Amino acid sequence: MTIIDNHVGAATHAQGNGSAFVVSVGQWITSTDHKKIGRLFIGASLFSAVLVAVLGVLFGLERVSPAHMQIFHGDATPQLFSLYQFGLVFAVLAPLFVGIAIAVVPLQIGSRTITFPRVAQFGFWAWLFGSLMVDISLIGNGGPGGGATDLVDLYLLGVALAAVGILAASLSIATSILTSRSSGLTLDQLSAFSWSALTGSIATLLSLPVMIGTIVYVYVDHTNAKLLFGGNKGISTYLGWSLSQPMTFVFVVMALGVLAEVAPVTAKIKQPMRPVVLTGIALISTAVLGAATQSAHLIDWAGTNGDKVKSILLHSIFNGVPLLGVLVVVLTSLLCLKMGTPRVTGAFVLAFLGAIMILVGVAGNMIYTVKATSLEGTVFSEGIVLYLVYGGLLSALGALSHWAPALWGRVIHDTKVIGLALIGLLGTVLAAFPLYIAGFSKQPADTVVGFDYKGPMALWNILSTLGHGLFIITVIGFVALLIDAIRQGTPVSQEVPA
Amino acid sequence: MTIALPAASAPAPRRQIVVATALASASAFMIIMGMVAMWLKFRAGAPTRSSSDGLKVIKDWMPAGITIPEVAANVMLITFPVGALMAQWAVYSAKRHDAPHRSLALAISFVMGLAIVNAQIAVYSQMNIGLADGKFQTMFYSITGTMLLLVVGAMVFSLVAFFRSVGGRDNDQDVVNAHAFYWYFLTAAFAVVWFVVYVQK
Repeated sequence: MTIIDNHVGAATHAQGNGSAFVVSVGQWITSTDHKKIGRLFIGASLFSAVLVAVLGVLFGLERVSPAHMQIFHGDATPQLFSLYQFGLVFAVLAPLFVGIAIAVVPLQIGSRTITFPRVAQFGFWAWLFGSLMVDISLIGNGGPGGGATDLVDLYLLGVALAAVGILAASLSIATSILTSRSSGLTLDQLSAFSWSALTGSIATLLSLPVMIGTIVYVYVDHTNAKLLFGGNKGISTYLGWSLSQPMTFVFVVMALGVLAEVAPVTAKIKQPMRPVVLTGIALISTAVLGAATQSAHLIDWAGTNGDKVKSILLHSIFNGVPLLGVLVVVLTSLLCLKMGTPRVTGAFVLAFLGAIMILVGVAGNMIYTVKATSLEGTVFSEGIVLYLVYGGLLSALGALSHWAPALWGRVIHDTKVIGLALIGLLGTVLAAFPLYIAGFSKQPADTVVGFDYKGPMALWNILSTLGHGLFIITVIGFVALLIDAIRQGTPVSQEVPA
Repeated sequence: MTIALPAASAPAPRRQIVVATALASASAFMIIMGMVAMWLKFRAGAPTRSSSDGLKVIKDWMPAGITIPEVAANVMLITFPVGALMAQWAVYSAKRHDAPHRSLALAISFVMGLAIVNAQIAVYSQMNIGLADGKFQTMFYSITGTMLLLVVGAMVFSLVAFFRSVGGRDNDQDVVNAHAFYWYFLTAAFAVVWFVVYVQK
């Protein structure tokens, strides 16, 4: 006897559009299809990107003239700054590349699916609910320094849950690459993006758990003794490192992988210096050293010559090596273009401009970590994070444009993508660079009060606000282009290799 | 007529569970190492006081009235490698398709986990300190509690592997290997915790 098990979606389809919709939603929620899980991560991250950029606009407006604007009051400002910082790193940068990797990596390694798809799916939901818990707690005055004790606990649990989600997805990605490659595909033959996904995922797996360990201490102390970590006021002191450099470097590794992947395709040649490119990507992943040890290592030109040498050496290892890695990837990509016959595509422009922005961010961190510049505690650090996150976002949009035929079976209009890339570049530079300048003028970070924002300072903050606005246009514009391509774009006639 | 050969079957995944367990263990190891580093940082920052015999100056980290029950702590230290040894016995038996011994070894691994939980509870009960009594107490419960959670994870792993074994999964080599790996990781992690928290205090 043969039993034919009907597909649940097909069976209920006849019952009307309503139930078909419910079934479709149910299939998305419970899907173990790597492309669907990846798209869930990507969609939620892009949505978060718009919300975070709106917060950036509001903070910019408030800083232009705090006395007149008064958008935020009292306790709301530090809470929303925490939301802004958490959003940039944990709601946008990290999950966006995790999503792209989940969607693309199995196609590149010749696997039918991601390894442990339910772990990856769990990763998405854990990250999403963790992020929502953080949002709720911060809105209810429960973040770092917040007054609502129960919501501070919720904030800590939310951050931990979001981190567990990112870890679960990273575990799935790394295991896929290590175990499910098609026969004959060795690690050194991996595509540049898959290589960056492997090194980036392993770096995440080694650095984020340190944050979870710290959260355990802070949470136990906060719910009981409040003796060790300064209660709600101390949360930023002990967890702030996870939202700044070098932790953020770990999350941009895959952004450089996108450029390394797209450049040879654009130049229509094989990457002539492939081992060097892969080494460059691995060098960026060494940021895990700084992330896991929670230290930025400043150059301090004080003390004996031995102290100075030690200071420079540690600074070079912890901050210089990732910069070297970014430089290697950018330069080898340019070399690739020089040697080939390039036809510039929207994907390449986005990936290249994104990488340049990341380069400026990492270089900015080199300056920030020189103690003599006295930039600590200024908005210079916010500028670095913006360069990295918005640069990473540009690269991610480039990746989506490049792999749209493989993920959605459609090609995105190149000319329009290039136009958006230029708006995105302008948005990133305007949002971040004025904060570099304002940092040298000692504009304080994470606040809108206690500083004279008049004169040129107002101009820098107006420009930064404008930059955030342009970036919102870039993201929404790209999503609109993608939807348009999916609905009406040219279908790809045959299966596209990733 | 064109006769085409059927497509080759997809290659079997290579040791997925072992690799995933190794990566997860590395992550868990980083949690413990991060917590140990914080412990050392706070201990280093603690003020100093004279020892009870007045002969030397010591860090005022562990309050004077607290005594760590070393017997229970040392029993835990010994039990971890025994658990790992049993897990390795399960690997040895699985390689030889010796189902009874494989199941027995996995069951003993589980019992070793239970013994560790018991010893840890004995430590808590003999120390008789409150979670909110002070800095040392809060950190002590946090780090040992996290370690305890990882042990509970090992017990669940042992139980799952045991039931799969008695359920007749003879080709379950990967799960048994991964289980042994996790026990080795736990042994290494606890050795560090034992030295820093129970010996150096």
